[in-house]
Formats: sequence, C-alpha cells, structure tokens
Amino acid sequence: MNKTYFEILRAGVNTTIQDKGRNHLYHVGITVSGAIDQRNYTLSNKLVENQLNEAVVEFAYQGPLLKLKNGKINFAISGDIFFQIIRKNFEVEDGDCYKSYILADGDQIDIISTKDYAYGYLAVNGGFDLKKTWGSYSINTKANIGPNNGKKYSLNDKIFIKKSDTKNLSKKYINYNYFSDNIIRIIKGTNFDYFSKNAIDKFFNEDFLITNLVDRMGVRLRGPKLKNIVSTNIKSEGLVRGVIQVPADGNPIIMLSDHGTVGGYPKIGVVIAADLDLIGQLLPGTKIKFKEVSLEEAQNIFKAYTEDTNKYLNECN
Amino acid sequence: MIKNISNLGDAAVYCDFGSEVNESTNAKVTDHFNHLSKLIKDKKIEGITNLTPSYNKLIISFDLTITNYKKIKNFIEGLIIHREIKNNNKNIKIPVCCDDEYGLDFSRLTEKLNITKDKILELYFSKEYFCYMTGFIAGMPFLGDLNKNIRCDRLETPRVKMPKGSVGITEQFANIYTFESPGGWNIIGNTPKKIFDDKNLDRPALVNPGDRVSFYQITKEEYLNWNE
Repeated sequence: MNKTYFEILRAGVNTTIQDKGRNHLYHVGITVSGAIDQRNYTLSNKLVENQLNEAVVEFAYQGPLLKLKNGKINFAISGDIFFQIIRKNFEVEDGDCYKSYILADGDQIDIISTKDYAYGYLAVNGGFDLKKTWGSYSINTKANIGPNNGKKYSLNDKIFIKKSDTKNLSKKYINYNYFSDNIIRIIKGTNFDYFSKNAIDKFFNEDFLITNLVDRMGVRLRGPKLKNIVSTNIKSEGLVRGVIQVPADGNPIIMLSDHGTVGGYPKIGVVIAADLDLIGQLLPGTKIKFKEVSLEEAQNIFKAYTEDTNKYLNECN
Repeated sequence: MIKNISNLGDAAVYCDFGSEVNESTNAKVTDHFNHLSKLIKDKKIEGITNLTPSYNKLIISFDLTITNYKKIKNFIEGLIIHREIKNNNKNIKIPVCCDDEYGLDFSRLTEKLNITKDKILELYFSKEYFCYMTGFIAGMPFLGDLNKNIRCDRLETPRVKMPKGSVGITEQFANIYTFESPGGWNIIGNTPKKIFDDKNLDRPALVNPGDRVSFYQITKEEYLNWNE
C-alpha cells in the first residue's frame, strides 16, 4: 500500500517539525529546540486526539501549502492563522483554528499567513512518520539534527503520515483566548547588579520594541540603551530559554528554543516560564514592558498557566 | 565546593564555583556534572532536563511541572562529591591548515601582538590544551590556556558567517567552529577533521570537558585530501 504523505507545494518561510524539545544535551552544545509556543503545540495534538507529545508541523508568518496524497486524515491547526482548505474539486473553504477537520486524498491545506502572532501548529491524527533523534522529533536547523536532515522544509519535500484514524473521531473545538497586555514578567538575572540605577529604572518603566531580528534562536529588542557599569563581558556560561542577555551595545536579547547553549554577555533578567510562549509569539514592531516578580510569584503564575492549559484540554473532551 | 547557589529564572539552578578560571575550579564543575549525570541516569532524582557545565559554573535546568528550585537546591547541598582522580580522559590530536586562505586573521594578530605569523604558529602548536567545556554550537570545544604572547581580544565586529572547521583564538582560549555560524574569534586556520558527528549517538562531540587536545599543522594538499 502507498504511504500517506503531504507534498509541499509551497514551503513557507520557516516550516519545521517540532515537539516538546530535546533534553540532556546542553553539555555538548546541542540546544533544546522544541515548539516556540508549547501550549499551542499541546493543544494542536489534543484537537486530533494524539498523545500530547506527538510531532507537529510548526510554521511562522507565511505557512506552507500542503497537498495530501494517498489517504484520508484528520487534522487541526492552532495559533492565530488565516488558512483555507482547497478541496479536490477546487471548492475553497476558510478554515478555523482550534477545530478538527477531515482532509481527503488530493485536498490541500493553504496556510496563507499568521495574523497577530508569529507561530502556528498543524497536527495530524496518528502523527507523522518520522524518526526521533536523541529522544525528540524537533528539527534543529543550526546543527542539522532531526527529520528532513535537520533542515527546514522546501518545495517538493514530502512529510509522511502514520495511519490516521478518520472513522471514530468526533469533531473537536477549543475556544481559545489570545488576550495579552504584552507585559513580560521576569526574575532578576545573575548580573542584574552590573547595570546602573538609571538603566534598571528604564528597564522596568520604558517600552521595548521587538525588532525584525527575531527567529527561533532569539528576540532582539530596541529601546533605551541599558548602561553596564561593571563589565560588558562575563566568562562564557550556560544559558536557558528566557535569559535576557545585554551585549555592549546595551540592547537586550531574549533566548528562545534554538539559543546557543553558552554565552558571554551579562544576564539582566530571565523571562518566567509562564511567559515564554507569549514572548516567542510576538511580531516585530510589538511594544513590550518588563515587570519584576519574585521566584515564589513566578511559581504561582506557572501553576495558574498549567491550570489554564488543562482547562483548554478539558474543553476538548 | 560550590561557592554560591542561586536561581536563574524560575526553572534553573545556578551553581557558582568561584570567579577564577583554571583547571582546578573547572575540575570541581566536571566532578559535579559527572556525579549528577549518573544520578539522573539512575533515576535517583527527577525533573532535571539539562546540565550545563562551563569554566566555573554549572547550570541545572529543570521541568517546573515536576520539581522546583528549592527541591533541587536542597538536593545539591546534600550531595557529597569526591574528587575523581581517575585520569582516563582522551588525548586528541587535531590537524590544522594555516594557509592564509584558512587563517583569516593573521594580519590582525601580527599587528596587535607585534609578533610574526611563524612565532604565533610555533607558540600555538607547541602546547597541549585542556578542554574546559563544550557548547555554544554543537560540539564546539573551549580549550586553554594559550601562551601569554598570543592572547588577543575578540574581533571588534564579529563575522556573520564563520566557515565550518575554523580554528580560533581569543584571550587565553582556543576553539573550533564545528558548524558555519556567527562568531568573533581570531581565526588562525581550519581543520578538515570531523569534530561533531550526529551519527555517533553516544559521543557526538569529539572533544569533551576534561580531555587533552594538541594540534598539528598540515599542508593545503593534506587538507584537501583529508579522508576519514
């Protein structure tokens, strides 16, 4: 029997496979990767009744145009996305996010663009037929690790699908709320004291702009220059997602999923775990503000974040 | 042994072993790394997702849905870690071609250090180096210490694309760019040897913390005909 697959008729700007990420390899210089927005990644799997750690297609800005070959599948898209389903007879329907659909042999999904947030996720019931590398399906394009030889997808590539069950699935739907005030909560970094009183005041009170220099590695910000009064270099040491490094030019950089595993710039702060999905999703041109929270507050906010995720998951049952 | 333990955000523990960068401080970091790696493998502690040893720090990342800062901190403080005396670390020999088309920064280095290219090569190749850590990009080793006469600052403007295999120096350290990447080190040559191998699942990085490394010079012909 011929295998079911998506043929890529348009690749989109940054289309990869992602999951929860790859652990226990920072010490050899291999970063975590994984979906930028972990909650939306999880929800996309839930909508098609997958295990919550199945591999999905992640895309950003302009997404891919995919044609289904040799089969029938159940799929869902999460995120803030404009997409259409082009049926084999060329009938076109607008797609809704957070809703599961049946796609028949020869039908196409046209993920035209993301709207107010950068990343979206496409999950297929049964998952994709791919091999894990070091415990994860995530594509790491910096070290060429993972499916598709560790590269983002391009025209005419194929993404194979495991057996998709379309008979016993009821149509799923989640009522997702995207509201955000764009206040990013942080915990003081290990080099917080390297910055002048004036720089700290500006850091917490003025706006920072998400620049065009954003990708899966990190987000470069522009705003008031943060003056360092101790040293603009430290001995290279480990980084984690959410660390805000400030190089000599005074412009902060926030580490995302594909960040370098070590770095030598002072750390003014670390974005709390509950706000990592949001900071990765913000579009260039968005203004943000930073707010300090204590470790205890951060842990409580994370609990609330997990409860919210569970609430969405339960809606789907 | 750990001078100070603090939190790096809400999902990582930051262990500081002191401000000096030398082999003895680094050995303490490595001992903690090895000890904890084994405990994680044997499932004696749960929730830790990554350990990142560096010159004088160890960062422990964890899954906030499973554990928290206080639990990991208490666990670390309760550990008794003995100095590992076994000396089975590898001695690795790495070929480098230093022709000007590979050694991109000799004019900068000879000017800044006020010595000849031949002298730089003599001092560089006559030493054995210690691997303090691996990281930034997959498999990149951070080696030291360079002879005092060839220590130089980073490039004022980092290169957007450093060629794969580039062998660099900065301050007291030497490294190898295992992939094409942005970078600011002074480049003295290029190695044809595979330093990172993702097919080798157990030991993808050729050089690991604690290993000894020496370099030897090869001709352009040897470089182009390199086969492994």
